[in-house]
Amino acid sequence: MVENEPLVVGGRKFGSRLVMGTGGASNLEILQRALVASGTELTTVAMRRVDVSGGTGLLDLLRRLGIEVLPNTAGCRSAAEAVLTARLAREALETDLVKLEVVADEQTLLPDPIELLDAAEQLVDDGFTVLPYTNDDPVLARKLEQAGCAAVMPLGSPIGTGLGIRNPHNIEMIVDRATVPVVLDAGIGTASEAAQAMELGCDAVLLATAVTRAGNPERMAHAMRLGVEAGLAARGAGRIPRRYWARASSPEREDG
Amino acid sequence: MQIWINGTEHGLDGAPTVADALSASGAPERGIAVAVDGDVVPRARWAGHELAEGARMEILTAVQGG
Repeated sequence: MVENEPLVVGGRKFGSRLVMGTGGASNLEILQRALVASGTELTTVAMRRVDVSGGTGLLDLLRRLGIEVLPNTAGCRSAAEAVLTARLAREALETDLVKLEVVADEQTLLPDPIELLDAAEQLVDDGFTVLPYTNDDPVLARKLEQAGCAAVMPLGSPIGTGLGIRNPHNIEMIVDRATVPVVLDAGIGTASEAAQAMELGCDAVLLATAVTRAGNPERMAHAMRLGVEAGLAARGAGRIPRRYWARASSPEREDG
Repeated sequence: MQIWINGTEHGLDGAPTVADALSASGAPERGIAVAVDGDVVPRARWAGHELAEGARMEILTAVQGG
């Protein structure tokens, strides 16, 4: 992985390795400033019933900023619900990209692995470019890849918790075996954790809450951009091995 | 006849199509998708797809999320 290489997902190239979510921003003005500061080129939206009292202007904003839309299936609890939502998103937004989310319950928002894999297989068969939000489980990640997913997106910790990457070793195992891009999705709280994801070998980071609910979303978006870039650069540079005992970096004194 | 649009009951005259129901609902024309009784109705079929009595139509669009 070289720093200036683009992220390639399903044949599309992205110069930025920070995928943003739009959930949680208090208004579109704040969201716009955060998206610009993040440098993102790919951003998630959710599908919900039309509010006839007035559109949100969200799609116009993303179009104006030249950001590609990544519809999600947030809120779906079964494969059938997720497949229908993905088909509606493809129809509404004219994209075959989908961030596939099938969560098991509201308290954990953890993926339901059985429904997730079922939905992924159906959507791949139907011609979608599927990016599944998955557990940090190397076995499930591999099965999703074998099902034809264009990327795998393991969580660092549960959605919206900001607990960072709770099982870095699992993320490394997923990265080591994957032949599709690995996107660390969910749980990031601050920029050092975005950097850590890239140092572990992830190809990109997806986050929303850490920016949109930060004290200053625009500044945090900028910090996340730098964190992703720093982590990628460090990964490429090759870190020193960890040692048990100290090793002086200055030469020994000759009068000692 | 009575149909349901996004969970609200609507009375429409004659044999309404998806397109008729959309204009009655006040939904925007762009950036939306329609399902009737759990199946997607593609945009190209909106004008020809007639709704049955009691049909449940969902109109979705993109909102902030994820």
